Amino acid sequence: MPGNRRKFIKQTLALTACSAAAVSGLTVSRQAAAGLAIVKPAASLLEATLKELFHGEVITATEKIVIQIPKIAENGAVVPITITSSLSHVSTVFILVEKNPLPLSAKFTLSPELEPFLSARLKMAETSDVIVIAKTNEGLYSGRETVKVTIGGCGG
Amino acid sequence: MVKKILKRMWLNNNRAPDIRLQAERPISISAFSLISLTLCLAPCVLSADPVQDQINIRHYYQQKFPHLKLQDYADGVYAIDMIARQSWLAIEEFPPYEPAIEQGKLLYETPFKNGNHYADCFPGQGIGIANEYPKWDGANGEVISLARAVNDCRAGNQEMPLTYQDIKMVSILAYLAFTSRGKAINIVIPENDQRALAAYEQGKQYYYQRRGRLNFACATCHVQNAGKHIRSELLSPLLGHTSGWPTYRLKWGEIGTLHRRFSECLEQIKAQPLPDQSAEYRNLEYFLSFISNGIPLTGPSTRK
Amino acid sequence: MSSIKIRTKRIDGKIQIRTLISHPMEHGRNRNKETNELIPAHFIKLLTVSHNDKVIVTADLSASISKDPYFAFLLKDGNAGDKITISWIDNLGKEDSETHVVK
Repeated sequence: MPGNRRKFIKQTLALTACSAAAVSGLTVSRQAAAGLAIVKPAASLLEATLKELFHGEVITATEKIVIQIPKIAENGAVVPITITSSLSHVSTVFILVEKNPLPLSAKFTLSPELEPFLSARLKMAETSDVIVIAKTNEGLYSGRETVKVTIGGCGG
Repeated sequence: MVKKILKRMWLNNNRAPDIRLQAERPISISAFSLISLTLCLAPCVLSADPVQDQINIRHYYQQKFPHLKLQDYADGVYAIDMIARQSWLAIEEFPPYEPAIEQGKLLYETPFKNGNHYADCFPGQGIGIANEYPKWDGANGEVISLARAVNDCRAGNQEMPLTYQDIKMVSILAYLAFTSRGKAINIVIPENDQRALAAYEQGKQYYYQRRGRLNFACATCHVQNAGKHIRSELLSPLLGHTSGWPTYRLKWGEIGTLHRRFSECLEQIKAQPLPDQSAEYRNLEYFLSFISNGIPLTGPSTRK
Repeated sequence: MSSIKIRTKRIDGKIQIRTLISHPMEHGRNRNKETNELIPAHFIKLLTVSHNDKVIVTADLSASISKDPYFAFLLKDGNAGDKITISWIDNLGKEDSETHVVK
């Protein structure tokens, strides 16, 4: 009779599952315990890039780096950026786009003859933070802006 | 789903016969106008008189964008999208189409093998006349765009025509547009030639005709829904659409023509694109340019 | 024709230097729409700006810089008649250079 057969299969399966659980019970628990142990998450690509560039040197966030960049980029292929700073003795400026496949976009080494001013046009793969790091004789400083990159609809 | 809603809306608004069937047979202008009036996408802007069309369309946009002056429409979507405008202005400070203007000037001034020049084919040596194109050619009974005029000039001097998307053609157009920059678009539909009016009307019909799998007319986006968003795009108005060509589209990563953009728009609504400089495109350009009379030419320009 | 256009403007004794360069700046991950083949990477790796033959900017660039790149710099001090030279070299070893005299 179908009802009994169904019940029988169900019971058999349950029994098998239980047995399997019982056999591996201890092993499963140990593994589970190991999996719950705190594992350090992999560094983001940006973090890895910063580590490679600055070897853990402290980067101080500052409002003295002013990033002019559109809040919403019409087309991620061309995002105009202008960087100015009231920091003195800026020798190098790094521009990073956090979510780009390769975050480091450009590195400008500026002679003292130049004001801490520069403009460029960036490619941005997706909505992302743009980080500007300035190296001065007093250390590393950073500014950050978020840019939304829209995916076009009909005109896209 | 959206298509179903749009179709239902269209059917509710329009009880007259499907204009697509009508258009396959030549129709008189008055009959067309009558059909148009019943089929037009709200609000009704079509009439049998191009000047009346201009007035109606300007009035329509004035209601939509009361803060805009006529010349503001030359900036296209950047007249109504203030965030995108900032980014656009930053790029226009040193725009990526400049090399094309320089190259275009060089090409334009290079003589043909027979010693003649492009300048010999155009009034005013071709300087400051781009705002008057497209023109009606009474002798051949067709609309002549500036690109066609360039190739006609080449043909008249035993030179091979340039393909319309060839960078050499686009560069020459960029240079010619640049020499007309700031001048008001000034398209003429001669009163003494009914064929010119017919060409204008054909361009207008094309613009208001639904087509493609998405069943949109050009007017669906650029008249009915101008200023609204379609996904993340802000739809630009019809007024001023022909002002900024050729255009360096950031999407293309290069400078391109209005007809290229027509084809791209058609592909985007899943409709059949037509060849560059086909009669339909030239008539469409004639209609669009006439409607934009008075708006300054700003080509070449940058757009997304 | 040079790939480098340079414009300078004197503002309060400073010199604003702007440049537009024609270059594909291909990152190498794009595909040809017709053949589906990868378009090889081709981008400017190094840009230098000199003022009266003295290097004032060295820029290490990546393909994350837009096609037909644009840059602007501001020189603290300069005069009419000064020379600004901009040069680039790309990953394929191609190069170009252009000199502009400040008016």
